[in-house]
Amino acid sequence: MKNLRYTSITGNSSKFLGLLAVYGVFLLLGFYAFVNMEHEGHWITGMNNQVVWGLPHVFAIFLIVAASGALNVASIASAFNKSFYKPLAKLSAVLAIALLAGGLIVLLLDLGRADRLIIAITHYNFKSIFAWNIILYTGFFAIVGVYLWTMLDWQVEKFKRIAGTVAFIWRLILTTGTGSIFGFLVARQGYDEAILAPMFVIMSFSYGMAIYILVLMATYKWTGRPLGNAVIKRLRDLLGVFVAATIYFAVVHHLTNLYITEHHGYEAYILRDGGLITNLFWIGQIVLGSLLPLALVYCPRPAKSRAMTALASILVIVGGFSALYVILIGGQSYPMTLVPGYEASSSFSDGVIASYNPSKWELMLGMGGVAVALLIVTFGLKIFRLVPESLADELTDPHKS
Amino acid sequence: MDHNDMKETNKIDQYRRKFLGGSAVAAAGLALAPGVFLHTVQAKPDDEAVSNKNRWGLLIDTTKCAEGCSDCVTACNNEHGLREIHGPATDSQWIRHVTLKNKQTGHQIDMPMMCQHCEKPPCVDVCPTGASFKRTDGIVLVDKHICIGCRYCMMACPYKARNLVHEVLTDQLPTAPRGKGTVESCTLCVHKVDRGDGTTACAEACTAGVILFGDLNDKNSEISQRLAKEGGQQLRAELGLNTGVRYQGL
Repeated sequence: MKNLRYTSITGNSSKFLGLLAVYGVFLLLGFYAFVNMEHEGHWITGMNNQVVWGLPHVFAIFLIVAASGALNVASIASAFNKSFYKPLAKLSAVLAIALLAGGLIVLLLDLGRADRLIIAITHYNFKSIFAWNIILYTGFFAIVGVYLWTMLDWQVEKFKRIAGTVAFIWRLILTTGTGSIFGFLVARQGYDEAILAPMFVIMSFSYGMAIYILVLMATYKWTGRPLGNAVIKRLRDLLGVFVAATIYFAVVHHLTNLYITEHHGYEAYILRDGGLITNLFWIGQIVLGSLLPLALVYCPRPAKSRAMTALASILVIVGGFSALYVILIGGQSYPMTLVPGYEASSSFSDGVIASYNPSKWELMLGMGGVAVALLIVTFGLKIFRLVPESLADELTDPHKS
Repeated sequence: MDHNDMKETNKIDQYRRKFLGGSAVAAAGLALAPGVFLHTVQAKPDDEAVSNKNRWGLLIDTTKCAEGCSDCVTACNNEHGLREIHGPATDSQWIRHVTLKNKQTGHQIDMPMMCQHCEKPPCVDVCPTGASFKRTDGIVLVDKHICIGCRYCMMACPYKARNLVHEVLTDQLPTAPRGKGTVESCTLCVHKVDRGDGTTACAEACTAGVILFGDLNDKNSEISQRLAKEGGQQLRAELGLNTGVRYQGL
C-alpha cells in the first residue's frame, strides 16, 4: 500500500453548514422532547406500566449495538493486522464513540429522573447487568479514545496494536452485556435466553458495518474525494457475511422457541398474530432487512452498483430497527403466565397483549440521539485527520499497486 | 393565650395523660392476660433496626375471594394516596384483582395480586443503583432518593408488581413517599408493620378473610400454622424466588 495523506475535511461550505443546521433542528427537537417529558412525566409518551421501555430504547439500543459494530473495521486493521483496513480505522473508532454517545444520551434523557445522573455514576449494585453496562460504556469511551490516540499520534503509535486488541475484546464484552440486559430477565417469555448475548454481538457487526459504509460514502462523496471500488467491495462483502450470520441467529432463536411448547404462544404472537410486531418481523427484519440486502450484495449485477450497496446498508439499518422493536416491544407486550393453564384478566392488562403507541416525543428524542452521533462524527472529521485524501483503487488495491 | 386559658389547657392535658395512661395500663393488662390476645405485634422503636428474626408475608385464600370485589384495592389506594389520574395504563396499581380462568375446564379463581416480597427478588438483582432493596425482615421496597427511573426492575418483575409514577404528584401522604419518575410497588404497609399494627390495609379491609398478614419465621403465628396445616403455593414457584406471599386454592 502506498503512503496515504490524511487530512481533515474543510468544512466551511454552505452545504456543510446546511448539514449542521439539519443536525441542529433534530437536536433542538430532541431537547424539546426531553424537556417536555421531564416536566410532565412519562404519561405524555406512549410508554406505560406494561410497556415500560419504548421507542427511545429502540433508538438507544440500536445506536449502542451499532457503536460496537462500527469498530469492526478498526478491529480488523489493528487486532488482526490487516493492512488494507488501516486507512479506514480512524473513522471507524470515531464513529464507534459517536454512536455510543448518541445512544447513551437517549437512554439517559429518557430516565424517570434524568437529573439523578450523578447517582447512576456513584451508586453501584454490582449484581445488576445494567450497572455492569454503565462500566462497560464508560470503559468503551476510554479504551477507544486511547486507541484513537495511538492512531493519531506517531509518538504512541507503537501501542496501537495492543490498544486495538483491547478495544476489540472490550467491545465484544460490551455487546454481550447489552444482549444480557434481556438475556438475564427471567420474568418474560421473550427473554431469559443465553442466545440473546451472541445474537446482539452479531447484530452489532451487521448494523455497525452498514452505518460505517454509509458514513464513508457520504464523507467521500460530499468532500469530492476519490473512493475506489476495492474498498467498497471489501466492506460490502463483510456486510453480506454479517447479515447472513444475523439471519442464522434469528432462525436458531425462533426454531428453539418453536420446539419448546411453553414458548408456542409467544412465537405465535411474534410470527403470526402480532399485527405490527409480526409485520416488522417478516417485512422489516427478514425481507427488507436481511434477504433484500443479501440479494443486493451477492447478486452480480446490483453488487456492481455503489448505489445498491448504499441501499443494502440503509435496508440493514431498517432491519435493525425492526428487529429491536420486535425484541423490545414484542417481548414486553406479550403477557406473562401467572398460573399455567389459566388465562388471567385484570385492570392491569394481565393476560392480554399490552398496547403501546409510540408518541412524537419518543421519536423526537430518538432522532436527537442520532443527530448527536452524526454531529460528533462530522466534527471529528473536521477536527482530526481521520480519512485519507484519496482511497482510489490504485492507492489501496494491492492488485493494482 | 391568657393565664386562665393556659391553666385550662394544662388541666385538659393532665386529664388526657391520665386517661391515656389508664388506657395503656388496661391494654397492657388485657394483652398480658393469657388467651385474650393470641399474638401481639410490638411497635418497633424508630431507632431500632429491622431484624431477620421476622419474615413478613401474606397468606391469600383464593377460595374466599369474591368476583368483582375490590375492597382491598380501595383500601390500598386510600392508605397510600393512590388515585386515578391518566387512566389504568399509567396509574399506579399496587394491588389488583386478578381473575384466572382455566382454559380447559372454565374453573375460575379470583385473587389479589401485589408485590410478592421475594426472598430473592429479581427487581433487587437488576437495579443498577441499589434503590430497589429488601429489608432483612423480607419487605421489598424502593429507596425513592436513589431511584433513577430506569424501569429495569419493572422489566424484571415476574409479577408485574411495579409501577412508574408517570406524572407530577402533589398530594402525597407522609406514610407513603412517592414522586414523579420513580418506581413504586406494594410496601406491605411497612409503616403499619413498623408501627406495630400487625396487619396491612388490604388485610384489614377484606371482610371475607381472604388476606392474612403475619410472620413466616414465627412458627406459632397464625400464618405459619395455617401454612403448615393447609399448605400454600407460590406464584411462578419454578423461578425459585421464595415469595413472601402465598396462595391457597390455586
